Amino acid sequence: MDFADSPEEAAFRARLRAWLAEHNPKLPQSSTSDAYWDGQAPWHRALYDAGFFGLSWPEEVGGQGLPTVYDAILDQELALAGAPPRPSLGYLVQGMLRHAAEDVRKRFLPGLVSGRERWCQGFSEPDAGSDLASLRTRAVRDGDEYRITGHKVWTSYSDEADWCLVLTRTDPDAPKHRGLSAFAVRMDQPGIEQRPLKMINGVTREFGEVIFDGAVARASDMIGAPGEGWKLAMTVVSHEREPGELGYVARYSKAVNELVARLRTESGRSTEENVRDVTWAVIEAEMLRLHVCRRLSDRLDGISHGPEGSVDKLLMTRVEQAVGHAALGMSNLTGGIEEDTWLRMYLYSRAQSIMGGTSQIQRNLVATRILGLPVA
Amino acid sequence: MDVRLSAEQRALREAAARLVDDHAPGSVADLDDEARAAGLEAALTGAGWRELRAPDPDEEGRPLASAVEAAIVAEEFGRGPADAPFLGPTLAAELRRRAGAEPAAALETVLLRPDLSGLVVLDDEHARCSGVAIDARGATAALALVRAGHGHDLVRVPVTGTSPGRDLTRPAAVVGDARAERLPAAGPLTAADVEAWSALALALTCADLVGTMRGAVGLARAYAGVRRQYEALIGTFQSVQHLLADAFVSVEGSSSVTRHAAWAADALPPSEALAAASIAKAYCARAAREVCEAAIQVHGGIGMTWECLAHVHLRRALVSAQLLGDVGVNLARVAAHHEIGGGHDGLR
Repeated sequence: MDFADSPEEAAFRARLRAWLAEHNPKLPQSSTSDAYWDGQAPWHRALYDAGFFGLSWPEEVGGQGLPTVYDAILDQELALAGAPPRPSLGYLVQGMLRHAAEDVRKRFLPGLVSGRERWCQGFSEPDAGSDLASLRTRAVRDGDEYRITGHKVWTSYSDEADWCLVLTRTDPDAPKHRGLSAFAVRMDQPGIEQRPLKMINGVTREFGEVIFDGAVARASDMIGAPGEGWKLAMTVVSHEREPGELGYVARYSKAVNELVARLRTESGRSTEENVRDVTWAVIEAEMLRLHVCRRLSDRLDGISHGPEGSVDKLLMTRVEQAVGHAALGMSNLTGGIEEDTWLRMYLYSRAQSIMGGTSQIQRNLVATRILGLPVA
Repeated sequence: MDVRLSAEQRALREAAARLVDDHAPGSVADLDDEARAAGLEAALTGAGWRELRAPDPDEEGRPLASAVEAAIVAEEFGRGPADAPFLGPTLAAELRRRAGAEPAAALETVLLRPDLSGLVVLDDEHARCSGVAIDARGATAALALVRAGHGHDLVRVPVTGTSPGRDLTRPAAVVGDARAERLPAAGPLTAADVEAWSALALALTCADLVGTMRGAVGLARAYAGVRRQYEALIGTFQSVQHLLADAFVSVEGSSSVTRHAAWAADALPPSEALAAASIAKAYCARAAREVCEAAIQVHGGIGMTWECLAHVHLRRALVSAQLLGDVGVNLARVAAHHEIGGGHDGLR
């Protein structure tokens, strides 16, 4: 049991640190400005081209084939450098690695991992949020193609995506969890309309909604078998709940470093309440870093797809919201006239207990799947 | 980096869990079962786990086992809850090892200030000595420090009997106005030694808290699976499920910070080990009270009765939370380490 670097890990860390010193694009926090979202795609490609993205994914899909714990090193160094976190795409990669046929994996994953092709995920609908399996977007077979009609929402990066992983109902007569299939769908076609959503932090570039009106997907671009959509979706969302997959340790550690710096340097800011809130943010962020070290170590012998991501998600939510509350205390003292990045960071933190499955859904999963409490 | 327990460490955990399951009290009434308690004491003596931090005869000055191994045993003892002394004797052995003193001939613990926030430190060896000998069942002496030049020497004070206290599994002994005796052949402890000892003490206390939390969640989970109301098991109700899910999440976060603190106690320089331990202690101490309170809540009125083990866990957690500094003390340590809140404002 060792938290320290092996010689190979130390060499990797040194190489990464040197590269970051030259190539940090110094983007603002994703929760505070559209400027982050403008810079995300170039950052993804730069990180990938330098050999620092997709560290633990297989080489045949463009990954580096390194042990899982290298992602923990990457996140630590990104935060230390004040660089943006790694792009949060691991859940799509894990979903495809597990469910897609080999030719489909080879067709899509290299572009997704390298950032040459941008992807978004069309799961939630206006009437299918927590109850995802009630979704109504239809895909109807038409020769070698499917025609897709429906309305997706909370679609991250929909504005610049080349592809969307869309969860659809292909068999309306099957039980609701069994009639679903997933497709890779081109976003630049006439049957798709994309609308940005402006969120409470003022950011417009993160989320969108997507209207499918007879959009076309090739039958060969189905991800997994017909009717396997729910299983794929569960793999995707379970990994979407893991900070180790998302790279969010870097986000929180960077935010905490900024909070600490502001508290140290700005006179009058160190009220007892602010110091306490920032100290808890330090502790929570460090907890998550160490928890991710543990979870990535558990994966050294192979990945599992169990319900543990729900524990991670609930821990991560506590961290993000502790950081958010500390950020609120750092906000400008201008009588509420001015809106600043600290306020936006706080406002966005409320999303963490909602997206990727609400905290209430995660607690249901922890109680029944991990604690084994009886189901009514 | 590979922070999984090794095969040997997993085997130790299984052995400790087995020993605890065989001998720890399964009910409040069991606490008074002297034959059971003697069985636990004999099994622990036989296992030799109180000597984990004694010097390894083959490796100069190093302990027989790492802090990670000691934390594994501490966690299982907390989970039990096991009412044989482990924490006190382990911390006494650590002091002796760091001072280069011979291992104790009889059961020994450490003497803390009355608020349990740290070791008693005497100005000179002739000063009368008062404090609380923690985890003192069966102990004949407790160790404290006396200033000696730039460092500290070890002194021991006799301990006779224990007093019933809030922790029903680890009775303490109040030492008042006792004469201390300097330990023979012991070199001075440096400030770094004391810091490293504090880091170990905090890490083991955290491990005990993690175990206590696991025990409390296990107790409440079992109850939620048998207690019926509204013609249903109460574990089927979301309100109860969410309470226990949040408790379990707190245990997992606590477990992650504690694993690092235990590793750091041996692997990092003392000041960094202490910083890691302070983070862990603040986190675990806050979590433990909430988790044990949730365990009582799940039991309803039964949780308020003396016969229910839930308060035994809570009481142990309250004492562990206080040992070597409670939430506030450790928050202040973390703030100081990050150079925030200094000066006239901020955390005191």
